[in-house]
Amino acid sequence: MSAGRNRLAGPLDDVAGEAGHPADHPPRVGFFTDTSICIGCKACEVACKEWNDVPEDGLDLLGMSFDNTGMLGANSWRHVAFVEQPRPLGHQDPGLVGLPTGPTGDGAMTEAVQPRLRAAERGGSELGTSPLHEPEHAGRVQDLGMPAFTRPGEAAGPDGRTDVRWLMASDVCKHCTHAGCLDVCPTGALFRTEFGTVVVQQDICNGCGYCVSACPYGVIDRRPGDGRAQKCTLCYDRLRGGLEPACAKACPTDSIQYGELDELRERADRRLAQLHELGVTEARLYGRDPDDGVGGDGAFFLLLDEPEVYGLPPDPVVPTRDAVAMWRRAGAAAAAFALAGVAAFASAAFGGRR
Amino acid sequence: MSGPHDPVTAERSSERGSAGREAQMFQGSMRRRRGRGGEPTVVPDAEFRSYYGRPVLKAPVWEWKIAAYLFTGGLAAGSSVVAAGADLTGREKLRRAGWLGALGGLLASLYLLVSDLGRPERFHHMLRVAKPTSPMSVGTWILTAFGAPAGLAAVAELVPRRLRRTWPARLLRRLARPAGLAAAATAPGVASYTAVLLSHTAVPGWNEARDELPFVFTGSAAASGGGLGMLCAPVEEAGPARVFAAAGATAELAAAAVMHRRLGVVAEAHDTGRAGRLRRASEVATAAGLAGTVLLAGRSRAAGAASGLALLAGSALQRFAVFEAGMASTKDPRYVVVPQRERGAASRGS
Repeated sequence: MSAGRNRLAGPLDDVAGEAGHPADHPPRVGFFTDTSICIGCKACEVACKEWNDVPEDGLDLLGMSFDNTGMLGANSWRHVAFVEQPRPLGHQDPGLVGLPTGPTGDGAMTEAVQPRLRAAERGGSELGTSPLHEPEHAGRVQDLGMPAFTRPGEAAGPDGRTDVRWLMASDVCKHCTHAGCLDVCPTGALFRTEFGTVVVQQDICNGCGYCVSACPYGVIDRRPGDGRAQKCTLCYDRLRGGLEPACAKACPTDSIQYGELDELRERADRRLAQLHELGVTEARLYGRDPDDGVGGDGAFFLLLDEPEVYGLPPDPVVPTRDAVAMWRRAGAAAAAFALAGVAAFASAAFGGRR
Repeated sequence: MSGPHDPVTAERSSERGSAGREAQMFQGSMRRRRGRGGEPTVVPDAEFRSYYGRPVLKAPVWEWKIAAYLFTGGLAAGSSVVAAGADLTGREKLRRAGWLGALGGLLASLYLLVSDLGRPERFHHMLRVAKPTSPMSVGTWILTAFGAPAGLAAVAELVPRRLRRTWPARLLRRLARPAGLAAAATAPGVASYTAVLLSHTAVPGWNEARDELPFVFTGSAAASGGGLGMLCAPVEEAGPARVFAAAGATAELAAAAVMHRRLGVVAEAHDTGRAGRLRRASEVATAAGLAGTVLLAGRSRAAGAASGLALLAGSALQRFAVFEAGMASTKDPRYVVVPQRERGAASRGS
């Protein structure tokens, strides 16, 4: 495999060097997010917003377990996902046997709250910011997916009662080896830092929005009202000052680990082996493999289920991988277009008037 | 690794009530949708799991303006080829129509592109780099190389009669032909790069169409450029425009059909909803315009104009259809997860 090919896709040992930084640049850094020890405290989200002065994005209750952030975006550079899975847990006794089953609280509570939720303009997203009012006309029942009223598996009765597995994971920009956003940026606003991370220069970005469509993870977005693309910078300013990124600093369980990427990969491999040994066979690393579609992530994860369960793409590929093939097809189409134009006039000239 | 048949999935789909609803948020379900003929069909979706049904990708932030630009840019490219050909073969009215069409398409394109930026006043930042990995950067330079000479050739058409004897007007007239040829030489780039612009993204509806989209777009550009010539020039001058338009419309229809067949799961994003309606309307307009061009446009000015209009409409609808299909494909996690899962299964199997 030639080095030239890997400029567009595939493994790449020295991303910063490839981007033109001198040979004495610092080693590539990143995050290893071990979701098996995430407790869902969202300290990372808060620390990120505080340090980077990321504006608030509305106080909404989304009905997605404890996740009221939704997904990564221009105003959310860290996002903690909460996944509730009704799942029989092998050797555990949750101590629920013999307890009465039924809805959370009583039916009257549900009856009182649900119509209000339905009648609310934003379907209950107002919760926490403004009161809900009794609707004048009771309408069709609509499922808002609010998790608060019943527990997963509750409706199935005592026999079907299961335990709940609660997965939490703090998502972040992956700082890909081959970053789709960086490749397509037409102004040079996005650049590869000496640390191998990917950062938007806010004084250059003109908000063309191409990076938004090019990111195979759906991370970067344009900030409404501001017009420029925004995403995690891996705290470029802190890195330059010799500090670790705010989210990793704030993480109370070291679920978010910051460090040199090579070391993080070793650490992740050891942790994975340890978990497998303990019988957590569903543990897997995501974004660790330099042979994947983006050449490996600078920020990678240990997950306890399929990536799509956390809202991550199972097999992301940087669009640039197929750039040469696409331009070839476009060249053929352009040639056909030119040929048709020449032929149209030539046929009229030689074939007489039509 | 837990696949579609793991106990979690099986358990969830057997649950009813609130838990059943929850299951629907987690994973793909049966969907009732309408087939092309309008009869309702139940197609079992490939099973997939998601995070509360939330999208994996970000929907493009581009507005309708980008879809409109795909059309106006194609129109400018197609028209300039017609105009340059008409110039070389002495078809004055066709030439004039072509250059004015190219100028109109170009000015509209520039407005649409700049106003869609988040920071329009910084549009010139596009010109601070030339970046081969960015189709938008490549397109910026193609458009610049096309726009300057095309604008020059078009302005030469706009000189009022009373000023034509002045020396600047005579100089302009003399420059018009080489400028026009330069514009026509770069026009194929303008017509085709927009396909790469869309395909070079993570958007499944555009990325998966990458092999055929350039042919759809250049075909559409030729159909619109030729169509404009048929609309604006008399029958006896518009012969080459008809040939160009017919070739373009044929290519557009054929490439779109091939593209659609090879899209896999993502074809549904092109088929349903607004994208599907636009696509069908585009097919009808382009097919009607093609039939009119081949059968009637050589005999009557009215038929030529009507066919030209139909081709222009078909081309515009085609661009909006592709644009909308891409938008729709980012809003449903299925179009991201299912093809990637299939890809993974295929590579593990081999």
